[in-house]
Amino acid sequence: MKKLGFYPGCSLKGSSSEYAQSVLAVAKAFDIELEEINDWNCCGATAAHNMNKELALSLSARILALAEKQGMEEIVVPCAACYNRLTVTQHELNKDEALKQRVCDIIEMPISGSLQVLNVMQLIDKYVADRLEEKVTTPFGNKVACYYGCLLVRPHNILKFDRLEDPQSMDILMKRSGANPIEWGFKTECCGAGFSVSRTDVVAKLSGNIVKDAADRGAEAIIVACPMCQSNLDMRRPAINEYLKQKIDIPVLYITQAIGLAVGLNPKEVGLQKHFVPVEIN
Amino acid sequence: MSKIGVFICHCGENISATVDCEKVAAEAGKMDGVEFATDYKYMCSDPGQTLIKNAIKEKGLTGVVVGACSPRMHEPTFRKACAEAGLNPYLCEMSNLREHCSWVHEKNEQTTEKAIDLVKMLVEKVKKNKPLNAIKVPITKKALVIGGGIAGIQAALDIANAGQQVIMVEKEPSIGGHMSQLSETFPTLDCSQCILTPRMVEVAQHPNITLYTYAELEHLDGFIGNFKATIRLKAKSVDYKLCTGCGLCTTKCPSKKIPSEFNEGLGMRTAIYTPFPQAVPNKPVIDRANCTYYQKGKCKVCEKVCPTGAIQYDLPDQFITEDIGAVVIATGFNVLKTDFFPEYGYGKYADVLTGLQFERLASASGPTLGEIRRPSDGKVPKKIVFIACSGSRDPAKGIPYCSKICCMYTAKHAMLYQHKVHDGESYVFYMDIRAGGKNYEEFVRRAIEDDGVNYIRGRVARIYEKDGKYIVKGADTLLGSKPVEIEADMVVLATAGVSNPGAEELAQKMHVSYDAYKFFAEAHPKLKPVETNTAGIFLCGACQAPKDIPETVGMASGAAAKVIGLFSNSELTREPLIAVVNRSAPPVFSTCVGCFMCQTACPYNAIEREEIKGRDGSVIKTVAKVNPGLCQGCGTCVAFCRSKAIDMQGFSNEQMFAEVMALLNE
Repeated sequence: MKKLGFYPGCSLKGSSSEYAQSVLAVAKAFDIELEEINDWNCCGATAAHNMNKELALSLSARILALAEKQGMEEIVVPCAACYNRLTVTQHELNKDEALKQRVCDIIEMPISGSLQVLNVMQLIDKYVADRLEEKVTTPFGNKVACYYGCLLVRPHNILKFDRLEDPQSMDILMKRSGANPIEWGFKTECCGAGFSVSRTDVVAKLSGNIVKDAADRGAEAIIVACPMCQSNLDMRRPAINEYLKQKIDIPVLYITQAIGLAVGLNPKEVGLQKHFVPVEIN
Repeated sequence: MSKIGVFICHCGENISATVDCEKVAAEAGKMDGVEFATDYKYMCSDPGQTLIKNAIKEKGLTGVVVGACSPRMHEPTFRKACAEAGLNPYLCEMSNLREHCSWVHEKNEQTTEKAIDLVKMLVEKVKKNKPLNAIKVPITKKALVIGGGIAGIQAALDIANAGQQVIMVEKEPSIGGHMSQLSETFPTLDCSQCILTPRMVEVAQHPNITLYTYAELEHLDGFIGNFKATIRLKAKSVDYKLCTGCGLCTTKCPSKKIPSEFNEGLGMRTAIYTPFPQAVPNKPVIDRANCTYYQKGKCKVCEKVCPTGAIQYDLPDQFITEDIGAVVIATGFNVLKTDFFPEYGYGKYADVLTGLQFERLASASGPTLGEIRRPSDGKVPKKIVFIACSGSRDPAKGIPYCSKICCMYTAKHAMLYQHKVHDGESYVFYMDIRAGGKNYEEFVRRAIEDDGVNYIRGRVARIYEKDGKYIVKGADTLLGSKPVEIEADMVVLATAGVSNPGAEELAQKMHVSYDAYKFFAEAHPKLKPVETNTAGIFLCGACQAPKDIPETVGMASGAAAKVIGLFSNSELTREPLIAVVNRSAPPVFSTCVGCFMCQTACPYNAIEREEIKGRDGSVIKTVAKVNPGLCQGCGTCVAFCRSKAIDMQGFSNEQMFAEVMALLNE
């Protein structure tokens, strides 16, 4: 059994607990043990780096340092924002020795900078991919729109994870799980993110455009890998439908839920019952 | 006893603004062996040169140090002045007080101190200088023109019309280059083919021009006036002596689905093909990589149908060697393909085209015979968007420079579209309109005002396809960055002009320099625009930077004039700054021990073996000898020589040590 570190972040402990549930379930199905980093803290998200660079770096750096201290070489970070912050922090510290020293002083812990930070696609690609097809028992035979959002692939020169526009990694994994990913135009468009709370109308419009394009092109589900995207496309569906003046009821699944279903996990095991838009798939 | 003259130049204010020139001259006057020292505002001017000449004559100077700009700039000027006053020109040295001192330091005492040190070094060096005589080498009066686009064509015709021999090498099966692909040309809208093809024919028929198409430069050895070029004649698989160009083979060839390079992939060609109907020479070649016979061993249809038996499948590549006196590089440029742009679909949208592809659509010789139709479904686009600066002026894309031609050809494209599709709507997204050139601005205004092209100042963030339309999302920055969304039927990207894929390799083959973007570098950005840093190798056209046709033609004629000027002399004078292997009286003959490390070190093959023979003809010693015609004076052999038998004329060890010691002996 392969053992990796696991950073859930705030969303996966709260509003997106089904994401955590499905990540852990899929990992288990492929004999991977995810060990949660002990005493982890907030990654800083959008708020910290808008206010204070050192604060933003230090928050993420503390997580990296803890993982290193706890003997982890690789950590899995399912949330796109957490993944982005941790990777960017690691990059910033590794290219500037003085900054790294300063941040280490703040968090009072050393950082070697060698920790590997994986998002869910990278996890599957690295440890599951060669076993994926043989494990698929109920191919996910639907037309799906893979939605990456803004944070997963940007900034491209730091994350170096997938193509900047029109990324492919999720589409490839979904294809291998038996789904038919569609060509569409909104893979990396903004969902409205944190405006969900303060300007729900803006989110209804932006997320609405995304949902509409996916539906227009015949997608039966939208696949995501970000808690923010998921909640905007799913939880804000009433507002979206009101904006669009049409009822669109395609569900929004985490990639780990989709793969989980494909490898024979039952809907409860991957937390499908938690969605606002009911998932009636397969 | 040395009598050295020191002349300190103010270079207007370039030097005197930070260096106290009068003090430098005064200090120089106190140096050992200095007979005369003075300063002047412009030493390179006529009165400045006269100052030096008079001092040489009146004071009987045995050496001159001019403290001024870089020797790259004015060493020939001052050496010539010395020679006119009767002093051997190689007894004149320059101390670089501008680039090495005044330009790079603040105004203070240390700067002046440094200037004094620099002068002192050269004073010590010049004391050890020996009179040298220029080397004379013969000139082969034959020019090699690399590239058969409009630049190469113009240069070749100008040189040939001046009565000199030209060899033109073109890597494609036909000459003509990008200009032959264009529809109409700005700012007059005259037909590109109509003005180009007669010139192509002239090249082929000119008695002074030897044309090698489907050929590439393999090797270039030698030096100005005496190059040796090895040219690879790629196997055409067709014997051009027998081929009549009837075209039967190209109509019968069963491999018909190969994207045509000439049509930028918008049309198809066969495996045996001439790139376009007006090709010169109008004879086909077989593209072996796409030919069924070469790939699968069966077919030979072209051989069966050829009425003259010209098809020869087993012709190999041939190599020929030519003696050449000068080279003109005219290899042109390329444009980025649409797959370079993630935000515009990575090249996956059939109707998102490059400007060059649009030229083919608009051209009467193109795949649609000049009708603007969508490659995807053949429909006439009713709404078209042009995006200027696609890649250009975008440091994030690695192309900070302006591609220069796009503003004009985009205006032309929009204009041609409006002329051909009367009910069509056209939009141009631009950053700035750069229309500097005769009648250029007027041309752009005509597109906007007379032809009703909608110009929107702003960038396009992305393009995606929806229901057969291309959604172009951008911003109008003149309306406060208002988001603009256009449902277009076709999008044309004015993609950046970039260097040709093989440019770097070619530059290294010829030892000419190139810039960070792999464009060939001119010797001086203002005063030597058609020369390279390698003597005898000239350049013209878009291989130096993106440029339009008038500028290219002007530059090509300029390069041709340089070649003709070079060929107007029967021999060439070269600087004697070369390596020499010492010779001494018997029984030593030379301190060279014949290890020939120098031979392996020399990048120019200039080291030869010489046998020193006794009276009876027996070999006493084999030593190295430097061929003065080939040596470029790089000094590598001097560093390699274990027995210090080689020295550089003009930069001998003795001279170098004198310079260093001048600094150390404070």
